[in-house]
Amino acid sequence: MIRLFNGVIYDPAQKIDGELGEIWIKDDKIVEKPSAKKIKKLKAAGELEEIDLENKILMAGGVDIHSHIAGPKVNSGRVLRPEDHRRDNIARKGKLRSGVGSTVPSSYVTGYRYSMMGYTTVMEAAGPPMKAKHIHEEFNDLPFIDKGFLVLSGNNYFVLKFISENNMEALKNYLGWLIDVTGAYALKVVNPAGVEAWKEGKRMRGIKDKGTSFNLSPSEIMLALTEANDALNLPHAVHLHTNDLGTAGNYKTTLDTLELLKDRRLHITHIQFSSYGKNENDRIKFRTATDKVAAAVNKHPKLTVDIGQLVFGEATTMTADGVLEYNLHKLSGHKWVNTDVEMETGSGIVPMNYKKKNLVNGIQWATGMELFLKIEDPFKVFLTTDHPNAGPFTAYPWIIKLLMDKDYREEYISGMHKNIDNYTDISNLKREYSLYEIAAVSRSGPAKSLGLKNKGHLAPGADADIAVYKSLENKDIADVFAHPALVFKDGILVVEDGELKSDKLLPGRTLMIKPEYDKNIQAEIRGDFQKFYSMSIDNYAVTDNYFNKVEVVPCRSKA
Amino acid sequence: MSEVKKYENITCTFCGALCDNIEVEVESNQIKKIKNACAISRKKYMHALQDRTIPMLNGKECDYDEAISRAADILKNSKNPLIYGLSSTTAEAQKTAVKIAELSGANIDSTSSVCHGPGTMAKQLVGMVTATLGEIKNRSDLMIFWGANPVEAHPNHSKRYTMLSEGLFKKNRSDREVIVFDVRKTPTAKMADQFFEVEPGKDFELLMALRMLVNGKEPELNNNQIAGIDIEDLKVIAEKLKNAKYGSIFYGMGLTMTGAKYMNTWAAMSLIRDLNDFGRFVMMPMRGHGNVAGSEITMAWQTGYPFAVNFSRAYPRYNPGEYTAVDLLANREVDAAFIIASDPAANLPHQAAAYLDEIPTIVLDPHWNLTTDKAEVVIPSALKGITASGTVYRMDHVPLHLRSFLEDEWPDDAEALVKIGELIEND
Repeated sequence: MIRLFNGVIYDPAQKIDGELGEIWIKDDKIVEKPSAKKIKKLKAAGELEEIDLENKILMAGGVDIHSHIAGPKVNSGRVLRPEDHRRDNIARKGKLRSGVGSTVPSSYVTGYRYSMMGYTTVMEAAGPPMKAKHIHEEFNDLPFIDKGFLVLSGNNYFVLKFISENNMEALKNYLGWLIDVTGAYALKVVNPAGVEAWKEGKRMRGIKDKGTSFNLSPSEIMLALTEANDALNLPHAVHLHTNDLGTAGNYKTTLDTLELLKDRRLHITHIQFSSYGKNENDRIKFRTATDKVAAAVNKHPKLTVDIGQLVFGEATTMTADGVLEYNLHKLSGHKWVNTDVEMETGSGIVPMNYKKKNLVNGIQWATGMELFLKIEDPFKVFLTTDHPNAGPFTAYPWIIKLLMDKDYREEYISGMHKNIDNYTDISNLKREYSLYEIAAVSRSGPAKSLGLKNKGHLAPGADADIAVYKSLENKDIADVFAHPALVFKDGILVVEDGELKSDKLLPGRTLMIKPEYDKNIQAEIRGDFQKFYSMSIDNYAVTDNYFNKVEVVPCRSKA
Repeated sequence: MSEVKKYENITCTFCGALCDNIEVEVESNQIKKIKNACAISRKKYMHALQDRTIPMLNGKECDYDEAISRAADILKNSKNPLIYGLSSTTAEAQKTAVKIAELSGANIDSTSSVCHGPGTMAKQLVGMVTATLGEIKNRSDLMIFWGANPVEAHPNHSKRYTMLSEGLFKKNRSDREVIVFDVRKTPTAKMADQFFEVEPGKDFELLMALRMLVNGKEPELNNNQIAGIDIEDLKVIAEKLKNAKYGSIFYGMGLTMTGAKYMNTWAAMSLIRDLNDFGRFVMMPMRGHGNVAGSEITMAWQTGYPFAVNFSRAYPRYNPGEYTAVDLLANREVDAAFIIASDPAANLPHQAAAYLDEIPTIVLDPHWNLTTDKAEVVIPSALKGITASGTVYRMDHVPLHLRSFLEDEWPDDAEALVKIGELIEND
């Protein structure tokens, strides 16, 4: 067993706010403190390792609810950008494989860099079902972190067909089947109807109009999918990338969506990209619209969001929202990849470089920051950069510093475009996050939203995924969070003094769910599948040989 | 009496189209009947169990483990080895080959560098608008084949994915217009509505002229022709391209390996990109070997780069032209070669292939070929998709899982590579 003592514990899930304490680890779990007798016995047998944390910060391992880390789109981004990697080389060391970093790191380096920040669980944000085997292959080369993937389902042929036929039972069974055969964790919905429209050469706006050959509005799709998500008792809500993402004035679409789904479980991802106002008569069309969006978020009882905070510097935008990437390509002139995936989804990639002095980029940055500071409940809003879209995940320590240190934030804003205050109100916001709130937005909150009961907290029964950071006293906050003193994954010490231990390449787990559904659905869809896909339904499922170390997370108990 | 077993939805691994609807009947560990296979595939299946390699050291038969350990020794003792091939093996083997390259500080390159690699380099410049094959089947109203001849090279391609397939919105041949650009009238051209004979080596000029016309500009002319095609014809083609609702272009090595090479594909990619301002338009490389797409995919997630990778500094570096097999061999820069599931002696330029005689060469392959003649070590292996399972990636990057349906006396590529890797790592 391991005893970590004299830690200053921040565990919002247990409402522990900086209390000096200890935790006990047995194998890969956090356990109750053993009896005095047992402790004595362990000591005598030399089976107790005691580590004095000397008042360091003790938190659960970080949980990232939305990051593009593996699969066809990420890998295409790697191939697209040799210039992204070549100055960021990681040599082989001990058992640690080599690789490259920067905004689209190789699989191994992705695992290394998350654990080197104290993160232990990451959700791959968007997987096309027919390429799910690729995602799982990469997962097996993505060490140190637990991971799962969100399966794209908002523009899927069978989804749209069953909704247009008003066949909710078939929709529910199909989604259950889709999650089952692809080894997915939750449902991802990206620009519902809009991606199909892009493939049909059409454009949509708002959530009310019907614009594709399926004759469905985004509203109808979102209502049906959120209903099916609850009928399947999925641990996570529908994970939504809103319509009109990235466009000036899109906050209205976001408010309409929140109103439409006001009594539904819902997660809106990278909401920063969905919270822009519009100036009709200004050369700069964008402004922040965070007052209205934050108010709607604060009001919604079953909603969580993550931010997708913009980070200045290189980024690689990548999304299933094909038309968005086309627009970014037209706007920037940068190289552009688009991949339409039959019957299921689209996707695109465009490299970007966000500039601190650029006014529009500054407004985007401020939009994220304002939402962080205006959304009141830290269990509702989570830290992400929509890696590598708004910036790389390696910027989290810097974002934490911006949130915790008002003076630093003000100084930083002073170096931005001189007109930034005309379009934002970030300079008026004085709130500073506490360590307790940081623990909520980076651990407890996302774990709870994902329905990961064993993660994001330090109570007995939790996975022994633990991060220890140096005390903040007289130290740079970003530096503290970038270099944890200790990180445990599954009860094994993997990072010490900010450095990975090189004696083992620890595989993480693949997290998946197995919802209940009627298996006859496969026979029901077989006819259309065999005709309109380019592969056989019998070769579609991800077979067990792709699963190395799996944890099936239970679905919610029935209401 | 031995039992007859039937297998359905078997994936043929010969070409990048990876048809996954093959039906086989097996008796006494032999293929008795085969259905849905094209002429090439049928021959491949029927001859798969013949000409099988055995473990060899310097031309003499040896134990399998002896061959494995000699291979590990060669890699350990060389200063700058080359690992090459990979396009006809599984993703599991490819991954392990990358690990071996890292452990031995090797160069690793796939046959991509002599086929569609230039297309990947073009993608790195400009990006690429593409789709899965089913998307093209379901939606494409205008199909173009450019320097590609699937009727002979990917015989079931047109039936399963393009001209003759039944799609969701496009049901048959008459729902699609087909145009072929090539230097000669191929059998594919004979199936097209229109064929344009391109002057050899002039693809770049032709593509750029079309791009100008699509963007409303007039190319400069000497004799009213570009690449042997009349400018008035080109204007009509440009209008067709602009009016397509969901156009598609399939390109072959007639584009990537002629004239301006990667700049040809750059021109095509730029044209297709621009066409998305009018309707939708996508493109697809007609990948040859069954899992050549997989070789780029597996190398990319492990190293960040698709081919031409060097590990001499214990981290991956990428430089086509320097770390590509032809260059390393022809310039005599490597001191050992490990050839995996490929036949460079038959395919590489003479000067590059001949150098394999001068350095210790290891071949891992289920069949005898010209390169095994040059090898100091021959390691036999199981046949992927027949006696070995694993993962392969189709030309549109769709992964498929192979199921073995016959027994083999030899382990598969992945297992051989894992063993070699362990011997190097635990040395």
